Amino acid sequence: MTDAALPITMTDDAQPRSPRRAPEALRAVGGALLGLGILGALWAFGGWIIQRDPSLFIFRDFAPGPTLSRFWTMVQSGEAWRMAGPSLNRVGSGLGLAILIGVPVGIVMGRSRLFRDLANAPFQFLRMISPLSWMPIAVMAFSTWDGAIVFLITVATVWPVLFATAAGVRRIDPAWLKVARNLGARPLHLLTSVILPAIAQDVFTGIRLALGVAWVVLVPAEYLGVTSGLGYAINDARDTLDYARLGATVLVIGVIGYALDLLCLLAIRRLSWLREEAR
Amino acid sequence: MRHRDSTAAAASAHRHGAGPQSGHSAHVRVSDLSHAYRRGGPLALGGVDLEVRPGEIAALVGRSGCGKSTLLHLIAGLATPTAGAVHINGARVTGPSPRWVMMFQAPSLFPWMTVAQNAALGLRFTRRAHLVAERIPRLLRLVDLAALADRNAQELSGGQQQRVALARSLATEPDLLLLDEPFSALDAFTRRALQADVRRIAGELGLTVILVTHDVGEAVAMADRAFVMAADPGRVVCETALAPASREPGTPAFEAERTRLATLYETHAARRDAA
Ligand SMILES: Nc1ncnc2c1ncn2[C@@H]1O[C@H](COP(=O)(O)OP(=O)(O)OP(=O)(O)O)[C@@H](O)[C@H]1O
Ligand SMILES: [Mg+2]
Repeated sequence: MTDAALPITMTDDAQPRSPRRAPEALRAVGGALLGLGILGALWAFGGWIIQRDPSLFIFRDFAPGPTLSRFWTMVQSGEAWRMAGPSLNRVGSGLGLAILIGVPVGIVMGRSRLFRDLANAPFQFLRMISPLSWMPIAVMAFSTWDGAIVFLITVATVWPVLFATAAGVRRIDPAWLKVARNLGARPLHLLTSVILPAIAQDVFTGIRLALGVAWVVLVPAEYLGVTSGLGYAINDARDTLDYARLGATVLVIGVIGYALDLLCLLAIRRLSWLREEAR
Repeated sequence: MRHRDSTAAAASAHRHGAGPQSGHSAHVRVSDLSHAYRRGGPLALGGVDLEVRPGEIAALVGRSGCGKSTLLHLIAGLATPTAGAVHINGARVTGPSPRWVMMFQAPSLFPWMTVAQNAALGLRFTRRAHLVAERIPRLLRLVDLAALADRNAQELSGGQQQRVALARSLATEPDLLLLDEPFSALDAFTRRALQADVRRIAGELGLTVILVTHDVGEAVAMADRAFVMAADPGRVVCETALAPASREPGTPAFEAERTRLATLYETHAARRDAA
């Protein structure tokens, strides 16, 4: 497999970089706030159009006013956390399993040419199957809805973790391993002192991608069976025609997703060791 | 400084008659060593015999591709020879050990660690972390890097990185240091300083050193003895003692010794090429 076949590209802001200088950090935060402000303005503009056009009456509750006030009561009453708790649990379990499987398999894939040759085709094949197409099988195979959802999330997220890990392992300088062996490292040392620190940033880049996938897969997966979680809340709000609640739930999904992505980004920044080339 | 853990190395050194003064020295014997990188492929080394005595600094000189790095890897136990054997202090080498440490041409520091953490790697691998606090600062002073102990390894110049690699190699207090053209990427000035450092440190610790170099001058400045190697298959074609009085570069004695070694090198390489 060539590196080009790996479906991992670091997005620009995950690029390792030297510790930021203050003006640069300020600029990044300012940019983010401005961008979010523009998004909010577009939303408000949409609300204004809906307000003016009677034929769009049913969308009225999606405007910023009703949605935001509902969102606020949701946060204050703890309803937001009660909805998000089970969802986060499922994503956490599914992603956790994906990491437990994807990192070791990715390491083997990065280290072993034979395994790479064998596994690449089937893995690329499986990766391209939409995780949601496993849904009927998952429902048949698992006795609980929760089990089925966790399975779907694992199936969806194991690939980015696995391929990012393998790509990281392939970039390890063989000289590091030689140096370590030369200094008396045993195989476990090679893993804990060379391989894992060397690939930590790549693994977290994979986890970041996986989290995005998991968060996307979660909502449709929670349309099934379960009576808790954000996807269920969306469905329930639709069935009860409570559009303000629907809008507010969408907002909760966005806010939590954004926060989780930010956490991953911070982890990548912390773990990345690549400095600017100075020589 | 002379204190060391009661390892098999020390025991072996004593068994072979080395007193406490030479507790850090290794006796290296290479017998009829051959190596092919592929089974049935061409021999990178064909029957190398050599002996390096405890506390001696030996230089391996020879043209590019004559098997110098291969020989060093085999001595270090980083590869298994096709035939023949390496004995260090009478014990056959079967794998790498922190008692005989190789320093590579590139420093290959771990970029996610500080200078001090890099230097301490060997101690951590050999479960002697309790020695780090005492030994590492001392070693970093020895290579003149105490001020940079907490810097990230990437934020160092090439010469500074190479000195960290030297400290890292010395941290486990090896008996034998194998240097594979460690200074060839450095400017002449830094190289000169590091050559002197290594000689001084090896002398202080009583280390045995085997140094691979392209540079005949480097061999004369650093080594007690030189082995000239030739290629196809790689072997030692000549061995000569180097006069201790001729180590100071720039002096007439140095120039004379360098010319003598260069002549040896040329004649042996030329004779074999013609054959
Ligand atoms: N990994 C390898 N696989 C196959 N052949 C190799 C390998 N490494 C070295 N060789 C061959 O073995 C021979 C000796 O190589 P070696 O690296 O030991 O030479 P050297 O004397 O260190 O050269 P230089 O001075 O350029 O470093 C060369 O002919 C080389 O082509
Ligand atoms: Mg070489």
